Amino acid sequence: MKRFDAIIIGAGHNGLTNAAYLAKAGLDVLVVEKNDYIGGAAVSRELYEGWIYSNCSYVCSIMRQALHRDLDLSRHGLMLIPYLGTVNFGHGGNHLIGYHSSEAAYNELKRHSRHDADAMFRIQADLNRYALVIRKTLLRTPPDPARLRIRDIQELLFLARQFWALGEKEIYEYVRFFTLSAADFLDEYFETDLIKSSMASSGIIGTALGVYSPGSSYILLHHVMGDVDGNIGAWGLARGGMGAISKALHSALQSFGGEVRTNAEVECILVKGGRATGVVLTSGEEIQAKIVVSNLDARRTFTKIMDKNDLPPGIYEKAKNYKFHGSSGKVNIALDGLPRFTNLPDNPYINRGSQVYPGSMQTLERAYDCWKHGRWSDVPFIESIIPSAWDPTVAPPGKHWMSNFIQYCPAELADGPWTPEKRHQFGQTVVNRIEEHSPGFKDLILHMEVRTPHEIEQEVGLTEGNIFQGELTIDQLLFNRPFPGYAQYRMPIKRMYMCGSSTHPGGGVSSACGANAAREILMDLSKPNTVPEDDCYDE
Amino acid sequence: MINFDRSQEEAKPTPFYPRLAEYNIKGGWSAWNGYKLAEYYYDAELEYFKVRNTCGTYDISAMQKYFISGPDAEAMLNRMVTRDVTKMSVGRVSYVLWCTDEGRLIDDGTIFRLSEDEFMLTCSSPSTAWLRKSCFGFDNLAVSDRSDSLAALSLQGPTSCAVLQQMGLAGIETVKPFEIRHFDFMGTSLMVSRTGFTGDLGYEFWVEPDQALALWDALYAAGSDYGIHPFGEEATNWLRLEAGFVMPGYEFNEALKTVHYQHDQTPFELGLDWMVDFKKPHFNGRAALLEESKRGPRYRLTKLDIEGNKPAQGSFIYNSKQCSQQVGYVTSGIWSPVVKANIALAMIESKHLSGELWAEIDYEKELRKYSKVARCQIKTTPFWTPSHAKQTPPGDDSADPS
Repeated sequence: MKRFDAIIIGAGHNGLTNAAYLAKAGLDVLVVEKNDYIGGAAVSRELYEGWIYSNCSYVCSIMRQALHRDLDLSRHGLMLIPYLGTVNFGHGGNHLIGYHSSEAAYNELKRHSRHDADAMFRIQADLNRYALVIRKTLLRTPPDPARLRIRDIQELLFLARQFWALGEKEIYEYVRFFTLSAADFLDEYFETDLIKSSMASSGIIGTALGVYSPGSSYILLHHVMGDVDGNIGAWGLARGGMGAISKALHSALQSFGGEVRTNAEVECILVKGGRATGVVLTSGEEIQAKIVVSNLDARRTFTKIMDKNDLPPGIYEKAKNYKFHGSSGKVNIALDGLPRFTNLPDNPYINRGSQVYPGSMQTLERAYDCWKHGRWSDVPFIESIIPSAWDPTVAPPGKHWMSNFIQYCPAELADGPWTPEKRHQFGQTVVNRIEEHSPGFKDLILHMEVRTPHEIEQEVGLTEGNIFQGELTIDQLLFNRPFPGYAQYRMPIKRMYMCGSSTHPGGGVSSACGANAAREILMDLSKPNTVPEDDCYDE
Repeated sequence: MINFDRSQEEAKPTPFYPRLAEYNIKGGWSAWNGYKLAEYYYDAELEYFKVRNTCGTYDISAMQKYFISGPDAEAMLNRMVTRDVTKMSVGRVSYVLWCTDEGRLIDDGTIFRLSEDEFMLTCSSPSTAWLRKSCFGFDNLAVSDRSDSLAALSLQGPTSCAVLQQMGLAGIETVKPFEIRHFDFMGTSLMVSRTGFTGDLGYEFWVEPDQALALWDALYAAGSDYGIHPFGEEATNWLRLEAGFVMPGYEFNEALKTVHYQHDQTPFELGLDWMVDFKKPHFNGRAALLEESKRGPRYRLTKLDIEGNKPAQGSFIYNSKQCSQQVGYVTSGIWSPVVKANIALAMIESKHLSGELWAEIDYEKELRKYSKVARCQIKTTPFWTPSHAKQTPPGDDSADPS
């Protein structure tokens, strides 16, 4: 029976990245994927003829440029394209337009508040400063502050140097920043509610926190620390949909001799004598490997595909208690034409990018309250984007596809389980909110896919449909991710590793988790490192 | 209010100017051969991505256009340029170079063979004087300078063929790279060539000035669902560099405008060996080029992939990290958004091409000046070569969802 050097469970983007780097180092790798398509949550799917939905993740900004370049993903077909224009809808016809040109952006802010227009320069500088520190940690393995081996001390010193370089005042500010709520953070800069709520919405996307919850300021940073070709805070689209990222990674993996098997769901990870030795598929097939890498989230890995008796004490509980809250929904819509929005200037640089519906700080908090009570808000937060206005390959000419991300959507409803009727009602709530700002929008709808946390968990395998594979709160970040003592991608079973977003640096299509895990694995196997050590792009 | 006549001070508008001005939100113009040309319209990166992802138009009306006709036309051009014009079929376009007797490059351009006895020569700098010299000894030909009387527009990018199909140019998808074809357009004949300066799929239109706006409007009506947008000089420079194309004023200094001895270049120095055809009889610069081809060029234009992301524009190239011996200089350098690499063209002394190459890159961070030394890797193929650019009918590289 063939024995692989490594089996990677889950062909999401981190699993494919991990496999590509292991294969590049000469390992014989196999990726097993439960679905009949690859990509996990970075997928392009033709669910309606002629329309390519990125039906999970839909934009990209923290894909590590160093990895993109090193794996030559462009040659493997990946093109990341920036899009322009954001409109934030408030109430009563109020809106805030995010112009691409700095002079227009400034004038638009000034229209709301002269004070806030000035303050925007200050917050951008502060966020940039915070982002630069975090970005330096993305392609590094976190130190273990308790074990303190030489490399842990070196990494702690590295972190300390980054902080010291900020200067005394900013160190205090930064430490405080991590525990602030988005609202408290923004209150220190702005007086206008719509400006605050427009920015605060980045603090709640994908998370079970509200704008007033401590820790939501970090989520805000997590969403603005990415970049497109060095423009920090900018977001891009993958040409051909997010699946183009997975496709390019797959192509890179194949070029190194790696292999992916779809329709191959893992029943359990085999453990013998405290070592992982392979996997058993749901088909009953057993596949042997020298190491096993799980790209599944921490809870799914330890509570679904492992035998509790194979685990050391405490791990099962840690995994069971790992914080996941399904809080996001997704509505993907095929449109017969480009929607038009009332009160907006007829300007292609602003009205065909993204439309964001923060409403107000209160609207955002009320939506969170509803979620806590197992309902969705009648006035949900929506982030819409029309990729087809930028990417000619995802809808027929003149037709469009619109991605709508909704915060919040409960994983479990107070009045009993999700049903197709309730899912439909949820979709209608979203469509109604858009229709308010775009009369006639509903008439453009040709096809619609509504996804609650339930569908995302069933199809993609993300527990509770949590897009980050676990909350990005400080208790689950850096050396605490996924669990204290296990942040260096090695799991308590020998020859078993994790490489998904449950590990540092967390959620988002970054490929960093998979790459960092590969570096650790190669170190354990005494193989030369094939993974870029550092992101050299922030000098 | 100013009280003098400024009209002569301004660059002239091209036939497309009224539409270009509408798009030129930032209001900045540079000039090319006396005509207005936008550096960018809204944002250079946006325009660059239009060409790589959808399509864009570039006004090339300021390009010099000479019509050479008569029984001696072929022989004259064949003596002037370094490639073999006699091998060109009617309806084909060829990229050409012409040199001084010393084998120094005067300019590059394209020859369009319109019929057995009629050619169009295009180039970026005015060449009337050199053409007259080149005609010496050939009596049976006429040269007509149509630089100011023929408008031209380039449409480039993966959706450009679809736009032209939508516009009603029947059979456009069968036009091969470097082919010329005429299409019926609003009661006239529209000359289209599958050419361009971006390395991507693209076409160029050669029209009477009074047809220019009608062509523009037809293109933009057909292209509205295909992401059409004008692009300016800045995007053009990124695009051509990714494709590995040389540009006068960057990679070469035109020989006739060069003051200092051998501060101009030869085709071999520019890596354009394949453009020099010694199999044909005498042509301008043949003897000097033959000698150089035996000796080997002193410099070689080299494609570099440079570590890090700081563009190396203007950097010196050294043969060690210590930067003790300078062996060349960067002629053009950018961060390539599609390749995700720091790319450059550099003129490097041939004898140092086999060793290590390091670029000393100056950059700035919030007004403070920095310098770094970055390792360079030589690339032998263009940085960006989408396969749809060469296919007939053209496909789209990343349009396949599977």
